[in-house]
Amino acid sequence: MLAPTVRRSVCATLLGAAFAIGAALHGNAEETPKRGGILTYMIPADAPPSFDAHRENTYAVVHMIAPFYSVLIRLNPSNPSDTTHFFCDLCTEMPTPTDDGKIYAFKIRQGVTFQDGSPLTAADVAATWHAIIFPPQGVSSARETWYTMVDKVEAQDATTVVFKLKFATSVFLPALADPYAMIYEKRILDKDPHWYEKNVMGSGPFWFTSYDLGQSIKGTRNPNYYHKGQPYLDGFVGILSPKQAVRVDAIRADRAQMEFRGLPPAAVDQLKQQLGDKITVQTSDWNCGNLITPNTRRKPFDDVRVRRALLLAIDQWHGAPALSKIADVKTVGGIVFPGSPLAATKAELEKLAGFWPDIEKSRAEARRLLKEAGAEGLSFEMLNRNVDQPYLYVGTWIIDEWSKIGVHATQKIVPTGPWYEAMRDGDFGVVVEANCNGVVNPVMDTQKYLPRAAFTENYGGYEDQTEIDIYNKMLHETDFARQRALMRQYETYVIDTKAYGWPMLWWNRIVPAWAYVKGWKISPSHYVNQDLANVWLDK
Amino acid sequence: MFRYIMTRVLAVIPTLIGAATLVFILMRLIPGDICVVRLGSGGGSFSEHSVQMCHAELGIDRPMIVQFAEFIWGLFTLNLGNSMWSGKPVVLEIAARLPISLEIALLAAIVAIVIAIPLGTISALKQNTWLDLVVRTFAIAGIATPSFWLGILSIIMVLDVTQAITGTPWMPPIDYVPLWKDPIRNLSMTLLPAITVGYRYAAVSMRMTRSTMLEVMREDYIRTARAKGLLAKIIINRHALKNALLPVVTLLGIEFAFLIGGLVVTEQVFNLNGIGRLFVLAVQNQDYTLTQALVMLVVAIFVLTNLVVDLLYAWLDPRIRFA
Amino acid sequence: MSASAPFQFAPQPVTEDAVVIKRSALATTLYFCRRQPVGTLGMAIVLIIGIAGLGAEWFAPYNPTSNDFTAMTEAPSWTHLLGTDQLGRDIFSRIVFGARTALIVGFSSAIVGGFVGLVLGVASAYFGGRSDMILQRFMDILMAFPLIIMALAIVSIFGTGVHNVIVAITIPLIPRCARVVRSSALPIREVPYVDAARACGFGHTRIILRHMVPNVMAPFLIMLTAFVGQAILAEASLSYLGLGVQEPVPAWGLMLQGGAEEYATTAPWIAVFPGLAIMLTVFGFNLFGDALRDALDPKLRER
Repeated sequence: MLAPTVRRSVCATLLGAAFAIGAALHGNAEETPKRGGILTYMIPADAPPSFDAHRENTYAVVHMIAPFYSVLIRLNPSNPSDTTHFFCDLCTEMPTPTDDGKIYAFKIRQGVTFQDGSPLTAADVAATWHAIIFPPQGVSSARETWYTMVDKVEAQDATTVVFKLKFATSVFLPALADPYAMIYEKRILDKDPHWYEKNVMGSGPFWFTSYDLGQSIKGTRNPNYYHKGQPYLDGFVGILSPKQAVRVDAIRADRAQMEFRGLPPAAVDQLKQQLGDKITVQTSDWNCGNLITPNTRRKPFDDVRVRRALLLAIDQWHGAPALSKIADVKTVGGIVFPGSPLAATKAELEKLAGFWPDIEKSRAEARRLLKEAGAEGLSFEMLNRNVDQPYLYVGTWIIDEWSKIGVHATQKIVPTGPWYEAMRDGDFGVVVEANCNGVVNPVMDTQKYLPRAAFTENYGGYEDQTEIDIYNKMLHETDFARQRALMRQYETYVIDTKAYGWPMLWWNRIVPAWAYVKGWKISPSHYVNQDLANVWLDK
Repeated sequence: MFRYIMTRVLAVIPTLIGAATLVFILMRLIPGDICVVRLGSGGGSFSEHSVQMCHAELGIDRPMIVQFAEFIWGLFTLNLGNSMWSGKPVVLEIAARLPISLEIALLAAIVAIVIAIPLGTISALKQNTWLDLVVRTFAIAGIATPSFWLGILSIIMVLDVTQAITGTPWMPPIDYVPLWKDPIRNLSMTLLPAITVGYRYAAVSMRMTRSTMLEVMREDYIRTARAKGLLAKIIINRHALKNALLPVVTLLGIEFAFLIGGLVVTEQVFNLNGIGRLFVLAVQNQDYTLTQALVMLVVAIFVLTNLVVDLLYAWLDPRIRFA
Repeated sequence: MSASAPFQFAPQPVTEDAVVIKRSALATTLYFCRRQPVGTLGMAIVLIIGIAGLGAEWFAPYNPTSNDFTAMTEAPSWTHLLGTDQLGRDIFSRIVFGARTALIVGFSSAIVGGFVGLVLGVASAYFGGRSDMILQRFMDILMAFPLIIMALAIVSIFGTGVHNVIVAITIPLIPRCARVVRSSALPIREVPYVDAARACGFGHTRIILRHMVPNVMAPFLIMLTAFVGQAILAEASLSYLGLGVQEPVPAWGLMLQGGAEEYATTAPWIAVFPGLAIMLTVFGFNLFGDALRDALDPKLRER
């Protein structure tokens, strides 16, 4: 028998060892990222017009150059599907707004440098944001209208940037987390505001190496990156590849490990069939959805009964599962992104036209409305964009649905340029378009349904002060419950009462990748989480 | 002869100017606005003001006649301007993509010549035998098959066959390296498209070779040579082939010019960063300067090839040479 | 476009001791069939496609544009002979109706393009001089101009659809036809009896119609058969690029775009059958055209 003291120390040692082993085993469940390797990914687009993220509007730019730059705040890289919490990239902590929610003061972290060695200070952040919100003469800022609530942005000192708003609003922070708001060097902006169109100078996890015109972009690890330990990759190669079949084949043959936008279900099924468990697939609802816009300036779409009828004819609840097998659409939703707290619940949705659970009743009502409006046997052309996924699939499906209430519609399919032209000129009866946004910001994202007087991208051709008033109330409302009620009111008005815009299925983002690519998490937006700092290769 | 040359060379100029006018007018008739496409291509929203600024920047808000004059003058001074889409010089955009297109076109031509002339000759010599029938079928199939369909099928076949044999599917590389840097990688990328394009090229040349050989073999001087007891091989090589090849060379030249246009579809199928794909992009983006420059390039190649072929023909045909 | 060697047809004088055999149309056809088995095969293929296209409603078991989301990408079976595509549409029915589209596009483009080319080519050869030169330049421009620009411009300005595709395809055919017709017509122009006819006071039209046109008929007809094939191929390419006929019209080229490539490994029938249809049809027209040429061109006949 051991002496009590010896027994105690043996026990302690055994317990300690048990704990240590337990900790080690538990630690292995959380994998440690390995350093090294080059990630090759495809970019499903042709070369964008320029490298200036402030000016451009296409994900091709983000996929190409986001790894070279930092932003002020962003979504959580480890959980970018969370739409309500924002994290710091260049700031030290998320500030609490003062002065009734109108002043945001960000402290900028120290020790950040650009690729040319210059230090990054609050002055650079302020200058960048100033260029975005108040672009100088001759400089174009594509998302300028997002920041109309900002009164002033300035660098208070070398480490603090202050945003002063005109009114408190919940849309500010999500707008600030815009992945396009890459931080530029003040010195360069002052000298030549157009410099960034053709050049890259950032402070992000990777340094710009080379760009083969129209073909590929390459970057290597930034050894001075301020998030210690990152990036894990030695470098990356982004290859421009607009053709889907080539992208899928390339992934199959491991010429590229993945692409970051999303592939349609058939392609993903094919990869799963051929590669089995060598690939992993992540899916997410997408902050993009198709919507049908009737031209209220053209007969018979000026009659709200006709508009409601056409909306009532479509069976979204049954169409969604079928279409989700062949197109990248999935969720039935209203005007708000389905994953957001501001979105309608199923019960609330079913009260709106176009979302009734009983399709026979819905179609009967549609026929009745058409008859009442004297538009039976209606025949027209629907304008659609020459893009397969999912425009053409959705368009073909809708035409089939309309044929079930005796409406004979055909598709007029045009390339992107003429499609825009026709919409802007009001030269269409009904058009299939999309409402695509980045960071989920429902109050901002639903501006699409406002009349043109309030939102220039609306093509419905209607004027409606009531609608604008509801929206403005919602914009200024800071209490969440009240804002949600106002959102329901807005949604009901747009879809059910006036049928100005008919939201069709929300898109479904499916991203397959080789299983050894780890660290990247999917989010509702293909603009988000693309700086690749937390990506690593397990091989 | 000199007069002939001069008239042919001078005839080139109105063709070029005519083509320039045509493309200028056509591009501006197409509805759409490059600025809107550029700002809206990502699906986000943009302001009217940024559109107007873009117009001013690109100079497309100036009167048509001014833009046209600038274009024509640019052609004469070989200053083709900047691409409206990217702002980079047009010459740079084209130069980055020309090598791969030229390489495929040349490889296709080589494939065509290597296949077409021997097969066409054999087919002619063994007219109406089963060999002739096989070659003719092969040739007509080449003309009848849509090249992009062939391309799609060939990619899939290569993937499936390599997966069946080795367990891992193999696909040609998707990023281009020049021939001198890494010949194997370069050729593995360009060989399949070259064969796809070259098949049709070969088919057309094969048929031409066959028909001209048949004509030549009927000529009296061949009969004389046979009567003289010359070996068939010598007859073919020294007498028949040389004369038969003249129209074939003409055809090869003309078809080569068409080949450049045919590259448009091939480059889409194989995702190659070449002139053909640039063409489609430029037109879709309504990038006037780039499209105009590309069209003039293609027209110039076509016109020059024709000119060279015509002059060659004239020089070889004594009736014109000594006129 | 296949370039054919310019045909030189010198009008053959008829002597007393040559026996002229007149045959009925049927007898001529049968004679042709016996001498040219391969060409007959081509003609047969063309006839089958033609009948399928004309009588599409009777031959096609399903409606080619109705979607069936319960039967997407099904393999060929007894219910769907050639399988279904990604929207559940029956491929066999779409191919049969596609034959109609193909033939409409093919024949319209070939005939209109050929006819305009014939007129221009003959006029160019007959009048000669300055008008010849101007026409030649214009033809050069049209021929050098890339088809895709022309097609995209026409499609963007006038919209997509069968009619505009036909216009887009017809335009490049005109100069090719004009060139061949002109080189066949030129020797006729030099023949003395044309001058004699003018001296007698015969009008231009009469001379053109009675002397020049009959002599260019043979190469012209052969070219027409080639044109139909080329037009079908051009429509396929344009549809593949998204510039041709649009959904949901059944057209072979359109069937090869988008869905066909997406499903090429899991549902290859979507891509294979339309391509085969194109290939067979153009094959048939070319075989027929070749046989026609062999029959009409004395120099290539076997001794």
